[in-house]
Amino acid sequence: MSLQIENLKVYYRTLAGDVQALDGVSLDIADSEIMGLAGESGCGKSTLGNSLIHLSGRMKYVEGRVTLDDKELPVWDMREMNQYRYKHLSIIPQYAMSAMNPTRKVGKMTAELLRSRGVDAKTVLPEFKRRLELVGLSSDVLKMYPIELSGGMKQRTVMVISTLLDPSLLIADEITSALDVSSQKAVAEMLIEFRQRGFVKSMIVITHDISILAQIADTILVMYAGKLAERASAETIITNARHPYTRLLISSLPEVGVTYAGKRLSGIAGTPPALLNPPKGCRFRARCPYAFEKCLEEPPFIEVDPGHFVACWKEI
Amino acid sequence: MTNPAKTPKKASRVTREAGKHHKPDFDPKSAAAIAEGSRKEGEALKPITVTPGMSSFREMVYFAFRNRKLVIGLSIVLFFLLLAIVGPYIAQHTPAEFSGPKNIAPTLKDGFYLGTTSNGQDIFAQFISGLRNAFEIGLLAGAIASGVAMLVGFVAGYRAGIVDEVLSMITNIVLCIPVFALLLVVAAFWQMKSILPEGFLVGIISWPWAARALRAQTFSLTAREFVSLARLSGERTFKIIFKEIAPNMSSYLFMMFILLFGGAILIAATLDFLGLGPGGTVTLGRMMNVAAIQNSAIYYGYWWWFVPPGLAIALIVGGAYFMNVGLDEVFNPRLREM
Amino acid sequence: MLTFDGVTKVFTLGTFGGQQLTAVRNVSFEVKSGEVVSLIGESGSGKSTIGKMILRLSPITKGVIRFDGVDISTISRWKLKDYYRRVQGVFQDPFSSYNPVFKADRVFAMIKNEYFPGVSGPEWRNKLGLALEAVTLDPTQVLNKYPHQLSGGQLQRLLIARALLLNIEFLVADEIISMLDASTRIDVLNLLADLKARGLGIMFITHDLSLGNYISDKTVILRRGLIVEMGATPKVFGNPTHPYTKMLLASVPQLHHKWDEVAKALKVSEDQLIDPDAAKRAYESVGEILAPDAVDSVLVETESDHLVRFSPEEAKGKKKSPVRKRA
Repeated sequence: MSLQIENLKVYYRTLAGDVQALDGVSLDIADSEIMGLAGESGCGKSTLGNSLIHLSGRMKYVEGRVTLDDKELPVWDMREMNQYRYKHLSIIPQYAMSAMNPTRKVGKMTAELLRSRGVDAKTVLPEFKRRLELVGLSSDVLKMYPIELSGGMKQRTVMVISTLLDPSLLIADEITSALDVSSQKAVAEMLIEFRQRGFVKSMIVITHDISILAQIADTILVMYAGKLAERASAETIITNARHPYTRLLISSLPEVGVTYAGKRLSGIAGTPPALLNPPKGCRFRARCPYAFEKCLEEPPFIEVDPGHFVACWKEI
Repeated sequence: MTNPAKTPKKASRVTREAGKHHKPDFDPKSAAAIAEGSRKEGEALKPITVTPGMSSFREMVYFAFRNRKLVIGLSIVLFFLLLAIVGPYIAQHTPAEFSGPKNIAPTLKDGFYLGTTSNGQDIFAQFISGLRNAFEIGLLAGAIASGVAMLVGFVAGYRAGIVDEVLSMITNIVLCIPVFALLLVVAAFWQMKSILPEGFLVGIISWPWAARALRAQTFSLTAREFVSLARLSGERTFKIIFKEIAPNMSSYLFMMFILLFGGAILIAATLDFLGLGPGGTVTLGRMMNVAAIQNSAIYYGYWWWFVPPGLAIALIVGGAYFMNVGLDEVFNPRLREM
Repeated sequence: MLTFDGVTKVFTLGTFGGQQLTAVRNVSFEVKSGEVVSLIGESGSGKSTIGKMILRLSPITKGVIRFDGVDISTISRWKLKDYYRRVQGVFQDPFSSYNPVFKADRVFAMIKNEYFPGVSGPEWRNKLGLALEAVTLDPTQVLNKYPHQLSGGQLQRLLIARALLLNIEFLVADEIISMLDASTRIDVLNLLADLKARGLGIMFITHDLSLGNYISDKTVILRRGLIVEMGATPKVFGNPTHPYTKMLLASVPQLHHKWDEVAKALKVSEDQLIDPDAAKRAYESVGEILAPDAVDSVLVETESDHLVRFSPEEAKGKKKSPVRKRA
């Protein structure tokens, strides 16, 4: 699988104007790569993940190209995307636990979903059951209503359903956020297993929790205020980040073993800029301890070390 | 991973008590929140207050008058209300007086602005009288129904438990009573002289649906943490209901009242049209009854007799419902930015 | 200052109370003045229920909670206001904690109306200014705004400021960090630590072990309403004994260590990593699920200020767990 995104711009329409949530993002994802997409609320990571597959609500496609497996995806056209959605790229949505139709039994809902894609549910059924057992659910789940399942069960069911047709690319949007610690681990490990078994080729895992990414992602991409800040292997981001935002973010995370008395951590002063009228130049400028005059001009997102991309004048 | 061979249990009702770790229903990350970016401390959006220090009530009024739906709906209703109030001074005759020639079309002569009935009565005067009664009955029935609905709905929703079970049972029973049949029977046996009993009757059968809706809303609001916070601030039950919960539903309550108001006018008009309304007073429905049923006004083409009352009912009720649509935006600050 | 003595909470569910759910089971512990205690557990552990019971938002079924020696269930409704002058709470969802139709600073007005009715305008503004300063908020940026115009971090800090206005002695912080962004979390945490330094006792309820570890003196690990391990934080985290605690620690995603490494360090085997209760939990969403640690298990002091729950046989036979320190 190969994914290329060129200069993707997706804005949100509001009465007050256009919120420039995703403002010119370009990146490539390699085959069998699990890329973690990290950042805080409002940085555009959910917008990026969702715009690849479904422009919902007030999202407005402005410009950019997305190419999956050498085919250009018509992300601006909801109807055209139907032939790619679920078959070639799939998503595990945020609040996946509420993503299931409460008035349909799981099996029936999946059958309808498959039928809408022109796939006969009966041919997929044995594989479906097999995969359910793989994630620790019995095939009885097919005959149950979503309300009869616990949170962890629903999450796992949605994960299986989303990957049933073996998509090339899977987008996982905050799938661990609402779960208990032990369920989080199970779900994260399930993602790895899916890749191992060939159900999915590559993944974009969107989360604000970098420590989960430290466990399962190959590379991490950090976003800030609609722009890309840094991208490198997971190891590098955590131990050797170069963008000031990434460095401050990593150092503000409390860990088991770190206490207030031992080592007082500090956060990042200020808040991200409003994207209705974003500031000129580097968007992190206002909060960055290293900002200087050049930062009034937007830094390019370029490779400073092999496989390590940063958008910061200080590092270029 | 092994699968226990257990039959799955059905989920119990109370999940809001156990484990509030899961994402709550109230979603702050809606488009409105995204539109703001994260809240700004340096770079602020234009603040919601129009001038600094403006009180929130004045803000509300300011936004009310900028809302087109509200203004249009309100204008229609106010027009008729004004007409009802000022009417008696314009009308040159009283409703019952046999003041003129029969069945004449609207004319400016002698003040028969809407013509006369088959008995020579001034239709305009009757129309005004009918309008007044329509408003009275709407307000009366609306107030009674709203009052009962609020009492039942709020208490059931806030207290939950056995109190809720009992109140819900009562609500459901009243809801299942076939309203119209009941009204027909009562109206047939009870010769009402004024609209007060009619208003009372309509009021006490229209509250159940509103009570159920209020109860549901109260449930979800009580689960929100600002109610717990109010308790922690030392506020008492009824104060919480009326100062914390009700304002959140203020648009809903107002809208509910407007629906009950409109509904009451319609039910009353229907009763009157069927001839079951109070005998001594002139109401819009009764006018239509006398015109269309008793005097075949449709056949004879005396449109000035039955069209004004019918149109008035439709416009008042329609205007009221239209107002409703605009009201939510006025009451809810979050929707204002959109 | 605060003691729990055999506290149990049972919910009755279903129409006319047919079913029962025991959320908290025979919990006993103590919080001293100026101490921060972390109450750690997953969903369904009863930790939030305990918080609500301390705040008298939920009645206690059995057992006693004492604040300064007084049984809090004996406090009459009139005296309750005095209790709230000393004990307050902050909850998880900052946006749910504010009444959306009013401005955010109404929470202060509510306090003024109930507790400081006679205070003059300028004096109140002064008091407010001091409280906001204590939580590092700029009055000009947070006052006179609606909740949706402020960030989660600001809202939570406003709530802490509100509690400080009353000069409280004890704060129940129920998952107050989990809905905040990573970079603001630490600020609120540091704020709590500063307040503790000024003598405030805090019950820090969370599911996130790393947060608990950061600021607390004592840790209580809850599972299905039962305390499985508790004691001084360094001892519980440094020498986790109960299998559930070890499983929790092994499941926390860490930045610098992979899950396998951690599991090995804790000497947790593959099958111990799966919570034996989880399989049951997976099929039963809500309902009466007996904690695997049955009713007759006991808490044993394995070292000073470190208690662990064992089954009666283990406790009697004094079976040494592999990680237990050999004296």
